[in-house]
Amino acid sequence: MSAAFLDNSLWRNVYCVLAGESTECAARDYSSGLLPGGMEWLAFLLSALVVAAIFANAILGGVIVLIWGERRLFGRFQNRTGPNRWGPWGTLTSVADAIKTMFKEDLVPAEADRILFNLAPVMIAAPALIVFSVIPVGVGTYVADLNVGVLFIMAVTSLTTLSVLTAAWSSANRIAILSALRSVALLVSYEIPMALALVGVIMLAGSMSLGSIIEAQAIPFILVQPLGFFVFFLAAMAEMARAPFDLTEAESELAAGYLNDYASMKFGLFFLAEFIAELSTSAIITTLFLSGWKGWDPIPSHLWFAVKLILVLFVIIWFRMTLPRLRVDQVLKFAWKGLFELTMINIIVTAVLIAIWPEPSTTELWIMAAINWPVAIISIWVVSKLLGTSAYESPTPSESAPVYPVGTETLPANAGVQGGGDK
Amino acid sequence: MAVKTQPVTVNLGPQHPSTHGVFRMRVMFDGEEIVDVEPVFGYLHRGTEKLAEERTYSQIITLTDRMDYVSSMLNNQSYVLAVEKLAGIEPMPRGVWLRMIASELQRVASHLVATGFLLQDLGALGTPLIYCMRERERILDLFEMLCGARITNSYMRPGGVFMDAPKEFWPALDRELDDIVNTIDELEAYLSGNEIVFSRTKGAAVLPPELLINASITGPMLRASGVDWDLRHRDPYDYYDKVDFNRVLHSASDNYARYWVRVQEMRESVKIVRQCIEQIEPGPVRPSFDDVPRLIRPPVGDVYSAIEGSKGELGFYLVSDGSIAPYRMHARASSLINLTLLREMLIGEQFGDLFVIFGSVDLNMGEVDR
Repeated sequence: MSAAFLDNSLWRNVYCVLAGESTECAARDYSSGLLPGGMEWLAFLLSALVVAAIFANAILGGVIVLIWGERRLFGRFQNRTGPNRWGPWGTLTSVADAIKTMFKEDLVPAEADRILFNLAPVMIAAPALIVFSVIPVGVGTYVADLNVGVLFIMAVTSLTTLSVLTAAWSSANRIAILSALRSVALLVSYEIPMALALVGVIMLAGSMSLGSIIEAQAIPFILVQPLGFFVFFLAAMAEMARAPFDLTEAESELAAGYLNDYASMKFGLFFLAEFIAELSTSAIITTLFLSGWKGWDPIPSHLWFAVKLILVLFVIIWFRMTLPRLRVDQVLKFAWKGLFELTMINIIVTAVLIAIWPEPSTTELWIMAAINWPVAIISIWVVSKLLGTSAYESPTPSESAPVYPVGTETLPANAGVQGGGDK
Repeated sequence: MAVKTQPVTVNLGPQHPSTHGVFRMRVMFDGEEIVDVEPVFGYLHRGTEKLAEERTYSQIITLTDRMDYVSSMLNNQSYVLAVEKLAGIEPMPRGVWLRMIASELQRVASHLVATGFLLQDLGALGTPLIYCMRERERILDLFEMLCGARITNSYMRPGGVFMDAPKEFWPALDRELDDIVNTIDELEAYLSGNEIVFSRTKGAAVLPPELLINASITGPMLRASGVDWDLRHRDPYDYYDKVDFNRVLHSASDNYARYWVRVQEMRESVKIVRQCIEQIEPGPVRPSFDDVPRLIRPPVGDVYSAIEGSKGELGFYLVSDGSIAPYRMHARASSLINLTLLREMLIGEQFGDLFVIFGSVDLNMGEVDR
């Protein structure tokens, strides 16, 4: 057991309760453990399981709350009440939905590739959960602090598309395959601006570990990296196929896309993965741009993290409720012609600033922010002008001359056929 | 390097969420591009025209309600005008004004539904739709005050309407007219400058006016291509020659133009209703049963009468053999005729735009299949 793990309060508390007699734990005032000496390896294994279980269940509980909250918010946005029947303020609605989903008939299409068809839901739910393992949700509360945390996130989140493709292919449904192709196109296009948007953050923090990035945020990086935040936020929305980039599910076009043939808990897992992805994306944005668990002292760090997370989630839900969907070609054009350029500008400007102040202090970070904001606003404005559709000169309704010439006299009073005819 | 691809045929509907009812299309795609479309009608066929041959002229009014169920008042109006023409009934002025108020409100309601569903098809997850529907609900509340029914009104009768409006109807109508204008302003503030709406609807499914005229397309679709054809102005029925309104025209003939024409027509409808309120005078709302009996027996003959419905020219062709029921009834369903250009509109467009274009036609399957 390396000392790095014991800096993590979550691990330390579990591990040292099991193996308190080991030298590392004794050094940290843990008097005695449950397991006898020499059993540190078992304590390590058990604590790994316990930590993973705590984290996974906390996330799943969070998802239940998120689904309820999102539906309530949908209601408020749409001028209705939202779910309010089951439990106080409808809080148990998600639970009831989960039970209902589990008890539904599990249908597998006759033409489906059964193995892949059953594998896909598992494949989508697992990576969505794994992302959380590198995100610190409070001081010393994380599963692992990888030194390549950012790369790990990028790698794991793109696995989602693989399972979408598997699901679509195995269900032998043409609409599903269309949706999966869109999903792949989205991944290929948005992975690049998403990764490049993070380069600025990595340069500023000088590390890819999420813990170090939070430490480096003397002021939240959203202030220092507005362009990076803008691009990352939009790319992340596209990556998890949220409105206005919800091309893969696109209810009004593809019905439910790759989900068309899934029923029961398999559908439930996809649904769950979608919301976990929403949660994890918000957590990543919180960590990288909103200084994670950092805050002012009397309030515990976990609460700071939760508040920032909810703020980001609210904005994502707001987007989803408000905006119509873009077409596929427009989405791809937006990635390659818009976001890609913006990330490049961001990288160049940040690189120059880092060259001037290699180890920025708080004051220097503020100066960077003062330089970056005008750059961001101007470049976003320029790109929107270049990519945007120009408005029509909408004609005002008037008695003006018709555009297409038709006879101007009114029809005779009795234009219809009338009378006559022996039946 | 050119990749060898093969078009894929996909069956969309009749159980698809965006087909505005039960409509089916066999669509052939090449990637995301639409290569071929084959519409399949008839899933909502209820034999309205045949049923009409077994009903008296008054009973048929209830059948017309169920044709285009988002604009029942307009169907009623078109039908009773045809009967009046066939039987030579002179309508009562107050009844005619009430008829105009009801049908213009119905036009607003129908355009609200069309606009809301167009945005739903654009992928706006229900929010604009629900705002449009909220306003429509309030119009339906007014209908409930007028005739007790919200959707299947059967409000109009040959010679007028069956019941005068209650006293509390008029203040409620005034409030609602102001609120409709506010809603339209809100909608426009939200949508008319919205880049996503704009980039998706502009230049999509452009149809030349010549083609539209040759296909006998009418209504907002035709006016969006700049053809000044509005039966309220060309062939004024009821008292439309006594009210003043603008014909809304746009020259672009694309999805955005159709959306825009509908939104502006709602404003014009509100204007018409306001003028109706000014000009309406007390009096009977329908002729007495001595003048127009319940069992109308029109003279032998046939008649075609059309009004400007919410979706286009809505006409009824009635053939009388002198009995209490028409020998034959035929409805000129504007939805069905507007749908005939679907193939021309869709081929070459993107799959993502399929249902947006489909929605921009503003069709109602109840009317298409009857």
